[in-house]
Amino acid sequence: MDFQQIIQQLINGLGLGSIYALIALGYTMVYGVLRFINFAHSDVLMLGAFSAFYLAPLVQKMVGPESIMGGILVFVLSAAICACIGMLIEFLAYRPLRKRPKLTVLITAIGVSLFIEYTGQHAAVFGSATRAFPKILPEHQIHLGKLMLNSNDIIVPTVTIVLLAAMWFIVQKTRIGTAMRAVSFNQQAASLMGVPVNRIISFTFGLGSALAAIAGILYSIKAPGIEPLMGVQPGLRAFIAAVVGGIGNLPGAVLGGLLIGVVETFAGGIPGLSNYRDAIAFGILILILLFKPAGLLGRATIEKV
Amino acid sequence: MPLSGAKRWLIVGIALAVLASLGSGYMNRYYLGIANDVGIAIILATSLNLINGHTGQFSLGHAGFMAVGGYFAAWLSLKIGASFSPQTAKAMFPLSLLAGGLFAALIGLLVGVPSLRLKGDYLAIVTLGFGEIIRVVAQNTEAVGAASGLKGIPQYTTLGWTFGLAAVTVYCVTSIVNSTYGRGFLAVHDDEIAAESSGISTTRYKVVAFVTGAFFAGVAGGLYAHHKQFLSPTGFDWIKSIEIVVMVILGGMGRTVGVIAAAILLTLLPEFLREFSEYRMIIYALMIIFLMLLRPGGLFVFKTKRRPTA
Amino acid sequence: MSAPLLELDKVTIRFGGLTAVSELTTSVGEGELVGLIGPNGAGKTTAFNLITGVYRPTSGSIQFAGKSTFGIKPSKLASVGIARTFQNIRLFGSLSVLDNIRVAKQLHSGEGYLSALWRGKGFKQNESTIEKESLELLKIFNLAKFRDEMATSLPYGDQRRLEIVRALATKPKLLLLDEPAAGMNPSEKDDLMHLIRSIKERFNLAVLLVEHDMKVVMGICQKIAVLEYGRKIAEGTPKEIQCHPKVIEAYLGAAATPIEPAHA
Repeated sequence: MDFQQIIQQLINGLGLGSIYALIALGYTMVYGVLRFINFAHSDVLMLGAFSAFYLAPLVQKMVGPESIMGGILVFVLSAAICACIGMLIEFLAYRPLRKRPKLTVLITAIGVSLFIEYTGQHAAVFGSATRAFPKILPEHQIHLGKLMLNSNDIIVPTVTIVLLAAMWFIVQKTRIGTAMRAVSFNQQAASLMGVPVNRIISFTFGLGSALAAIAGILYSIKAPGIEPLMGVQPGLRAFIAAVVGGIGNLPGAVLGGLLIGVVETFAGGIPGLSNYRDAIAFGILILILLFKPAGLLGRATIEKV
Repeated sequence: MPLSGAKRWLIVGIALAVLASLGSGYMNRYYLGIANDVGIAIILATSLNLINGHTGQFSLGHAGFMAVGGYFAAWLSLKIGASFSPQTAKAMFPLSLLAGGLFAALIGLLVGVPSLRLKGDYLAIVTLGFGEIIRVVAQNTEAVGAASGLKGIPQYTTLGWTFGLAAVTVYCVTSIVNSTYGRGFLAVHDDEIAAESSGISTTRYKVVAFVTGAFFAGVAGGLYAHHKQFLSPTGFDWIKSIEIVVMVILGGMGRTVGVIAAAILLTLLPEFLREFSEYRMIIYALMIIFLMLLRPGGLFVFKTKRRPTA
Repeated sequence: MSAPLLELDKVTIRFGGLTAVSELTTSVGEGELVGLIGPNGAGKTTAFNLITGVYRPTSGSIQFAGKSTFGIKPSKLASVGIARTFQNIRLFGSLSVLDNIRVAKQLHSGEGYLSALWRGKGFKQNESTIEKESLELLKIFNLAKFRDEMATSLPYGDQRRLEIVRALATKPKLLLLDEPAAGMNPSEKDDLMHLIRSIKERFNLAVLLVEHDMKVVMGICQKIAVLEYGRKIAEGTPKEIQCHPKVIEAYLGAAATPIEPAHA
């Protein structure tokens, strides 16, 4: 691999990694407030991609094909749809289990995930065939010296950075963010202090699902096509990224996502390793947890005796 | 209470299994296949119950151990079959199963020692990870057919073997748990710190539970391989692990009888739903959700009090 | 005098920036009953966790029966003779009262995986011996009648006593009791004092007791160590401690009245 290829791979890796980071944020935020892994998150990502798939032709009819404006509209609408779906899932499936053991909720989440996947595969819904994703953004090739960049290679990380900054702002600087942190710290105490816990949890799901939708579209732009199980692999990796970074920790999710994206991309370029791509993320996870059981940026908790 | 006559039950179980096996010639192939699936599911669920239910260590990697045992046993059978007469090869079947189980146990030990230091969700994720790594390794190992799978495995599995070994599994798990030594598993489940201070080495117990569970999962894998005659890495993905976990949870985590019943029910259910084949998996998923909402402590649990015995 | 059973030498532990226990030096002799008192958050339970191996000291050394306990797991320390109870009761919730004791008995039972699988004659004999011994222990504490109840369904006071039985079942040389009188009424407390004294004699134990109830501590301890903000501020006989100015200050602020032998 020469220097130029390394840079190219690095850019690809960071692009993929920033998508993982966006998805990982959803996992980590939900874990922060509810302490469980929302397995259905990866399917919301798929629903986001399909929303865009169906919305894009409609929007393009209105504002013309491949315009920036149209692209943004598709993103926003899909995010809004998925936010509603996320909140609905939380309300129907997880809220009744609020007081139950985490394991029960985890299995329910797996049930919800399977439900969405199998329903999506049904011929009357999306069908199980892979479909070509429409072009929703104008595409250009950019030459930087010897480097060849696709405009998407720039758009993806840019969108990610903007969203990350927005997330940071929401969580750290707004009232609702303060409430989220309070719920995450101690749900009972937060509710005693007048924080509307249910509404905050609902909001968290909505926010996470909107991010997943956007990540789903960004992922689909580069993917060969979309199908109802498309969320599983990126979902699994993002979720590993969240754990690697320290689950519940927002910067950790981003760090984990980028790390896994980059390592995976580089490993994909090495002939012997490329077959093991699916295992690499897990390999990283296991290595890191063995040395830092709470993840890279997670804090080890001392059990009170 | 030590079950006096536990061994008697074991012998009855094996005898019934052998009888069923003799009668299986009269059975429709389809039902025979399902019956074998049920027996294998019982072994998988009961062995995972030792890890997840009794010891409280949430493992999502059981399908991985099943894969290890299945591939190893099948590979052995094919090797033996190539150099011995068919009769000898068939007689070596129990040895292949045992070897598959032991190999899975060894992998269980290698996986368990580092990962059992983690707790709860983290342990679940890491075991899921190991399970997936095992699958990917199988996918890339030419000796076991790589991605296209291992074909032409001789059909040695009979009802006698599956249900006989299911009886052995149930006997082993209940015997271990129903002893002063085995109460330690439950103690680890209840409170690790109190268990440690009562002289129970939590690490040791966890690893023992993990390795035992992996052994039986490996045996189940061997039975599965010689039943389906074909192994494909995709059959052992984490969804398979989750299926087994769901059996344990619906059975009531740590209740052997409940877990066996759930294993039977969840294996038969998709068959009952065959008429609605299009909606089958959707119904299956909905059922998981509703059962968790309505009967989270297990399908067959009617009292709130947890029974100590298995 | 021979070397004490338990010896702490300048034991310090820090959690991040917080020094929970600082340079604690004290000892418990064989058969001695020592009290460890101090205001809330003084580091008493942390000291217990250090002694039982739940935490590792940042510096300093702990010796039990002449050997360093550094880095040894709690279960291993239990097998050499350190047993404890917990401030917030930690019984095994899915086990019966009898099984809570049996499980602690396994430490010296010599029973294992294979014998449980084989279920031979020796195993059955062993099981019935363990059951008999466990019941005898329960009888001392008047808990035998609850043998098949779930441990956590017992009344609070009985749960506390069951924890003591469980600790005794590991055949300790040193028993650490963490606030055994918490939540008990005066007559139960009297019973408890009597009980602690009698088990100490009967099982030939050294006892280290963390307790807030001054009446209990002053009533039964031969020696008392007082902690404040992780530091030992006084050590001596109950009499000496009662009039120690630093102790009075720690408990009552600067006002210099002696401690009432009542609830602190």
